Amino acid sequence: MAQVTLNGVGKTYPNGFEAVKPSSFDIADGEFVVLVGPSGCGKSTLLRMVAGLEDITAGSLNIGDREVNDVDPADRDVAMVFQNYALYPHMTVRKNIGYGLKNRGTSAAEIEAKVQDAAKMLDLSALLDRKPSQLSGGQRQRVAMGRAVVRDPALFLFDEPLSNLDAKLRNQMRIEIKALQRRLGVTSIYVTHDQVEAMTMADRIIVLNGGEIEQIGTPAEIYHNPASKFVASFMGAPPMNLIDAQLENGEIRMNGSTVLTAPSDQAYAGPVTMGIRPEDVVIDEAGSTPFTIEIVEELGAHRLLHGRLAGHAFTVHVGKESLANAGEVRLQIKPDAIRLFQPETGKAI
Amino acid sequence: MKRAGFTSVWLPVALLLPQLSIIAIFFYWPAGWAVQSSFYLQDPFGFGSTFVGFENYTDLTANSEYMRIAWFTVVFTVLVTFFSLSIALLLAVKADKVIRGAKSYRTLLMWVYAVAPPVAGFMGIMLFHQHTGPMTDFFKALGWDYKILVDYNSTATAFIIVSVWKQIPVNFIFFLSGLQSIPRAVREAAMIDNRSGVRRFWDITFPLLAPTGFFLLIINITYALFDTFGIIDTLVKGEPGNNPMTLVYKVYMDGFRGNDLGGSSAQSVILMVLVLVLTVFQFRLIERRIHYS
Repeated sequence: MAQVTLNGVGKTYPNGFEAVKPSSFDIADGEFVVLVGPSGCGKSTLLRMVAGLEDITAGSLNIGDREVNDVDPADRDVAMVFQNYALYPHMTVRKNIGYGLKNRGTSAAEIEAKVQDAAKMLDLSALLDRKPSQLSGGQRQRVAMGRAVVRDPALFLFDEPLSNLDAKLRNQMRIEIKALQRRLGVTSIYVTHDQVEAMTMADRIIVLNGGEIEQIGTPAEIYHNPASKFVASFMGAPPMNLIDAQLENGEIRMNGSTVLTAPSDQAYAGPVTMGIRPEDVVIDEAGSTPFTIEIVEELGAHRLLHGRLAGHAFTVHVGKESLANAGEVRLQIKPDAIRLFQPETGKAI
Repeated sequence: MKRAGFTSVWLPVALLLPQLSIIAIFFYWPAGWAVQSSFYLQDPFGFGSTFVGFENYTDLTANSEYMRIAWFTVVFTVLVTFFSLSIALLLAVKADKVIRGAKSYRTLLMWVYAVAPPVAGFMGIMLFHQHTGPMTDFFKALGWDYKILVDYNSTATAFIIVSVWKQIPVNFIFFLSGLQSIPRAVREAAMIDNRSGVRRFWDITFPLLAPTGFFLLIINITYALFDTFGIIDTLVKGEPGNNPMTLVYKVYMDGFRGNDLGGSSAQSVILMVLVLVLTVFQFRLIERRIHYS
């Protein structure tokens, strides 16, 4: 177990493409950090640099109190779970799990004991003599986990480990991985493009976009106080409503007419992008803002009302007891639910 | 799974007919003819033949020259197969790691594939020429009085080197594509599990290449036994004399030069049985240990 420190770690390919701009952050001992972002944002490259599968071209990386920039992947004391599991197809489950131990000079008896323990923990005991081709997707995923767990590493690295599973299994494995990490207390870095995985699993989320860190924070911080328009639109399903507006004297005007009160005293004046989470709005006949419902998405426990607010596309999230008919309604928007962003830079004001 | 079936027997037969007729005309018929004529003693001028039973076969086992050639063929096949497979594997593993100019590098390594066996033989004649051959100079510099076509071992060495050289590109292509079909993540997982590149090769890469290797083993044995005919014929210029030759070349020499069609047929039948036994043996024994993904 160890903390991880990235100090200006970056990756520039020989052809000049900068996949990851110099990034710095610390991961505390036992912390579960999720790197999230759209494809091509550099999250996998960053993870692979931590694993040692990709050279670090800028900055320094420390695992524990040791700089590991030039340390062989096998000597970094990390274990990695790959997207396609990367099991050795010619080896049985037992050998797959034990291979890393065997190469570290562990005695055969100790390997067998540790493999048995890991298999028990992951419910694989009955499958130890099978080959990966005889396993289901979920079982392969467990074997990949077992291979990581059995080594008792300082750091777990997960590279989109659930993206090849069906939705139901994904939800189940998500909880299992999180529970396992809690139990073992191993520092973990988890890469995903799925914001639900990021929100539910992370102690802290790092949102990446275009090779750059957009925001680092707890799931709640990221969700409620996004640092940029990108984070606001990427995290949360449905995403935050973003509307171009005008801020003057503490009032927000949309299309010159509809007026809302700004969250707090704002010194800034001029064009802004206003962000409102769909669930921070209530339908209220006494409300100040007119809203035209066009489409109702029925989701059982709640409903999503898609429509127009002052001519802009807008989504409202309501409970199952609220009305759901297309047509005109009025909305109550609390001032403290409104987030403001610079329209050009996208940064939060 | 649901199986699709034909309602009539004739359609599948008709569909198989072209393939079956090719096999029948070019394999079963000549093979049957060879079996038949191996029991006869043919008149050298083709006027008639006498049934002699197994005499052609028993003559062969008593023939010390035939046994010597059989032994040479075994040694030749083992050496050619071993060296062409191992050198090709080494080249493929190294070529797989090349990043810059990988394509032209691989093309250069595969070029020899386009050389026809007799041409390879001619190149061999030049390389191993008794007076002007650079290989002859090389062996002489090593202190070996190298004399192709005069000294048995000198000629055998030239056979083996040219045959290996000719076969390497085929093996190289297959090994390289085999290597490239191993998922990158599997190799990376191995990098995290094991720091030694050599051990990773034997533990992960080699077993995953085994299906390719097994296929190439059969191809290479067949190549060494049969397809080296052109190289041998060109190198000895059709006059082997006291030089080594393989069993297939002996079949040709006895049948078409010596006009002993019966004896030659008996030798062909022996070769056919040998290949059959070898193939069955390989599939039974080796294939069982191979993982196909």
